[in-house]
Amino acid sequence: MTVHTIRAGFMPLLDACILIVAHEKGFDADEGIRLQLHKETSWANIRDRISVGHFDAAHMLGPMPVAASAGVLPIPMDICVPFAMGLGGNAITVSREMAEALRQTGMCEAFDPARNGQALKLLIDQNTMPRRPVFAVVHPYSGHNYELRYWLAGCAMDPDRDVEIIVIPPVMMPDALRSGHIDGYCAGEPWNTVSVESGYGHILTVKSKIWRSSPEKVLGVRTQFNADHPEIVEALIRALYSAARWCDEAANSEEIDDILQRPAYLDVPAKTLLPVLRGDLADIFGVKHRLNGFFIPFDRAATFPWRSHALWIYSQMVRWGHAPFSQDLVKRVSATYRSDIYRNALKGMGADIPSASLKVEGALTAASAVGSTRSKLFLGPDGFFDGTVFDPDRIKDYVHSQSQNR
Amino acid sequence: MPTLALSVLVIDENEMRASIIEDGLREAGYANVEIIRDIAGAAQHIENHAPDVIVIDIENPKRDMLEAFFALSRSVQRPIAMFVDQSDSFSIEAAVEAGVSAYVVDGLRKERVRPILEMAISRFRAFSRLQSDLQKAQSALEDRKLIDRAKSILMRSHGYGEREAYEMLRRTAMNKGVKLVDVAQSLLTAESLLTNKDPEESS
Repeated sequence: MTVHTIRAGFMPLLDACILIVAHEKGFDADEGIRLQLHKETSWANIRDRISVGHFDAAHMLGPMPVAASAGVLPIPMDICVPFAMGLGGNAITVSREMAEALRQTGMCEAFDPARNGQALKLLIDQNTMPRRPVFAVVHPYSGHNYELRYWLAGCAMDPDRDVEIIVIPPVMMPDALRSGHIDGYCAGEPWNTVSVESGYGHILTVKSKIWRSSPEKVLGVRTQFNADHPEIVEALIRALYSAARWCDEAANSEEIDDILQRPAYLDVPAKTLLPVLRGDLADIFGVKHRLNGFFIPFDRAATFPWRSHALWIYSQMVRWGHAPFSQDLVKRVSATYRSDIYRNALKGMGADIPSASLKVEGALTAASAVGSTRSKLFLGPDGFFDGTVFDPDRIKDYVHSQSQNR
Repeated sequence: MPTLALSVLVIDENEMRASIIEDGLREAGYANVEIIRDIAGAAQHIENHAPDVIVIDIENPKRDMLEAFFALSRSVQRPIAMFVDQSDSFSIEAAVEAGVSAYVVDGLRKERVRPILEMAISRFRAFSRLQSDLQKAQSALEDRKLIDRAKSILMRSHGYGEREAYEMLRRTAMNKGVKLVDVAQSLLTAESLLTNKDPEESS
């Protein structure tokens, strides 16, 4: 049997762990494929290299394929998303000075997006800060940008007027915060903890508090590659599924840390990732908590490519003027997320797969059993911090109600 | 505006490569070429000068910042598109292969920009060749040094002449089917074990 090599790009981030572990622990070989991993320096490179065919698949920000199907990327990228690379994993960190000012309002509470957001709103309204707060995100089309904006807007701030949002690569965020170039940022781990540990930053809130069980990175596959080699893409999905399950086991945290910290991957000091893998984060008062569901690699159908996730991202792109709205684009965005490929790939594995491809996001206040192939699948809670829900069938109303609030 | 009046901004942290590209463009008659090492400075430059073409090393980790700047900037009126033409997949691929990424003011006709991109691509390639030649030369030099040290050990311990010592190493390499430099390295390691010296220090 010939072993087919799949060339896959990744950025050195925690949620690349599923791809990296699939290779390092031999889940790829188990499926008769070989993952050839390429570390990249920017999302622009991932986009360019997959567009010209240097990569067959890549670790991607969820909004990248959505932006591609909405036709707003600077070069066309014909890709599909047959697999999601976990839920959550980001946090919003602010500078020491801003944290001090926020605490002095007396309104802050550990990781609470609503209370801490009100505190920030108060500071902005008082107009006592030396400048309009500058927040950095990792990319314009990123979950980071959209969750930061969602949080600010949900706390009655205007992300385009009350603050300035700029782009900085995650690795450079701690230095930018320390030098005073920015006042805060939204990034994946370990880049928040790095600032906390150095004493120059405090975590204000986390993605899993803004929107529980929310989507983050995905696996983008070249549509042409999938058309030419459907059986290889399915083998890849099975390998990644097994790797994600392995990553979700608490007993494997030390080994994950040991693999990811190597120079070929994240290139960080050993043990840097251990607290994050366990969900141990310090709040704005410096008190450590264990946050359940901070980053979920596998549980709660974390690898299922929900079409409602793609549509929520699209709704936010429309909301902030990053993409036009049309029913045609709704169809195209929705069709980019390929739950059909996911189901086909995993049907023989005894995997518990959701029966639906869309769900009303934010409707589950507690973990709930849902219709699935083995009837043992629990999803959620998946609430948004402001209590609203997103019904993917009513996307236009959703965007409309959000612009009313502005 | 004649083609050669197009202004080009080169962003490159590698000074040598930047100047190789600059020279190429100037030789080709483009007088309006600027070089900047850091993206932070580039943002200001683009605001002030609105270059027609921007060339950047594809490995620059700040590319995402640069692209976001294009998207956010209000003062750069015209949107800046990637590469010469979105449908021109050949030149996109050639550029990515060579490690060049370029941004062009939207609306510029592609035949006007193509020579600039081609020049950048060929200069990037020339630079990579230069670098790999340099590396090869360096490693050849290192090999020579190792072999010389191994020869002198044989000359000292066996009373061989330089030619005999070299022949000895060469024959051993051939018999064992390994490289000459590997035999030399083994000999140096063995010698350091026997004399209890760090092999890096023995000469």
